[in-house]
Amino acid sequence: MKLQKATRRALMGYVYTLPWVIGFIVFTAYPFFYSLYLSFFDLDFTVFGIRSTFAGLKHYLYAFRVDANFPIQFWNTVLSIALSTPLILIFSLVAAILLNNRLKARAFFRLLYFLPVVIISGPVISELIVNDAARIVDPRGYFIYSFFTALPDTISYPFVYMFNNLVLILWFSGVQIIFFLAGLQKINASIYEAAKIDGASSWIIFWKMTLPLIKPFILVSAIYTIVDLASFSNNPVNTSITQRMFDVDKPYSYSAALSWIYFVFVMIIIGITFLLLRPREETK
Amino acid sequence: MRRVATKLVLYFALISIGYAYLYPLLYMFTTSFMTVEDLVNPTVSWIPTRLTMENFIRSWNVLEGSKTLLNSVYLSAIPSILQALVTALIAYGLSRFNFPFKSLMLFLILATFLIPTQVTIVTKYMLFSRLRLVGTPLVSFLPAVTGQGIRSAIFILLYYNFFNMLPKTFDEAAELDGANSFQIFYKIILPLSMPAIVTTFIFSLVWYWNETLLTGMLLGNEIKTLPLALRDFAARFALMFPAADGSAVNRINEGIRMSATLMTILPLLITYLVLQRQFVESLERTGITGE
Repeated sequence: MKLQKATRRALMGYVYTLPWVIGFIVFTAYPFFYSLYLSFFDLDFTVFGIRSTFAGLKHYLYAFRVDANFPIQFWNTVLSIALSTPLILIFSLVAAILLNNRLKARAFFRLLYFLPVVIISGPVISELIVNDAARIVDPRGYFIYSFFTALPDTISYPFVYMFNNLVLILWFSGVQIIFFLAGLQKINASIYEAAKIDGASSWIIFWKMTLPLIKPFILVSAIYTIVDLASFSNNPVNTSITQRMFDVDKPYSYSAALSWIYFVFVMIIIGITFLLLRPREETK
Repeated sequence: MRRVATKLVLYFALISIGYAYLYPLLYMFTTSFMTVEDLVNPTVSWIPTRLTMENFIRSWNVLEGSKTLLNSVYLSAIPSILQALVTALIAYGLSRFNFPFKSLMLFLILATFLIPTQVTIVTKYMLFSRLRLVGTPLVSFLPAVTGQGIRSAIFILLYYNFFNMLPKTFDEAAELDGANSFQIFYKIILPLSMPAIVTTFIFSLVWYWNETLLTGMLLGNEIKTLPLALRDFAARFALMFPAADGSAVNRINEGIRMSATLMTILPLLITYLVLQRQFVESLERTGITGE
């Protein structure tokens, strides 16, 4: 019996995507949901194997009420993601706009700005920070820094944070710069000319034309940035998850709970980002 | 006149940003060649008075360079090749065939990108330790071969976009000539997809090289890559050169640490300089920036 052509082609589609389906189930979906399950249980290693007993929200409560380190690490990490993401986006958009000009050394600068993407890794960054290689200027010596530190903590924090983490912000911007640059180049040059003829200044052109046209790119870059920062191995949360894995009194499951707390908050940040930058329905 | 002024401002901005980018590298580079005397001498800030290779020799030994370099090379090259081929196959299936649940699959692929590594790190470790694979290279080969490697989702979507841009008339012509779908993929699609393949391969290479969170956990202490050796550098140095006698010679200093860092990233730097066009331009050519 000969199969219908459409059915046969559908089957072929499954054949090609089968490796992904298997991998997704074994290496992604199973670990993902199992770690959720694990976070509600206590594991006991007995001679008969691993025994799990239901523990309810015990690990989640422990993380915030008893654990002295986790809440601090956690809020620091969440705060630094929330602060770094807009800074990275603004910086990479500015850099892309600068690079989008007709320049002699454009390729060189592009090469330079993209370089960190290639060499960035947890240990390299820690070595650079430990040895003061990431501190270009000591911001404390400048008037503007003392001006900001004199302000109330809640207001000054983002600015002080920016000064202290300048190199990290730059080094995490490589992919986003290239991304924005490609987006800018897709914008048809003739609409700029038309706007200029109509007497629009470059300031107005940026706010009224460039920004709306590049908005989809901002959303994708924002999500990329958040995921990139959240998975970076130097995060205090990530290090604590790996260090707590073999805690004698609560093996695996406590780490699983920590990772889920973190995951939920990262998803909330992504959700907020999406709401802020979502594509609005255009009225035709 | 105004044009010249804006150009000047532009170059000034680009150069200052460029300086901020280069600073850590320059610092790393010059510090690596400094002797202990230069490091403590406040009048020496950039140019060492005397070039020394001592730092490199020492940190190469502490890093166990010849071993870890080899580990790094094969632990990033093999998964990258696998990833570049497998994600292409998967994307080919998604791009050229229609089947039920295809859009669900595309959605799930996108979703896997959003799951940060650490959510699954505990259970992945348990899974691999139950399979008795912890400490073997298979921990990074197996996910790569099933399209779950580092950022596989990006590459699948990249190929998917790329294949969708290739005209389907080639496939149809080949099909009329009696080619089966794998032959079409192998003989027609792949040769046309060199930019996408190169992009996937080099980015996988870099990301696999630099990954330490998951591989550090799954490889345990059996296999050390260069970045993992760098992570444990200070502790290992103290072990190899006990500074108990108080001599300055055996104390770890910036020069040694920076030379170790430099050696860890040097292979990547060379790759980047050799393949610079592919790195930056391929991102644009493959349509990763498309919808």
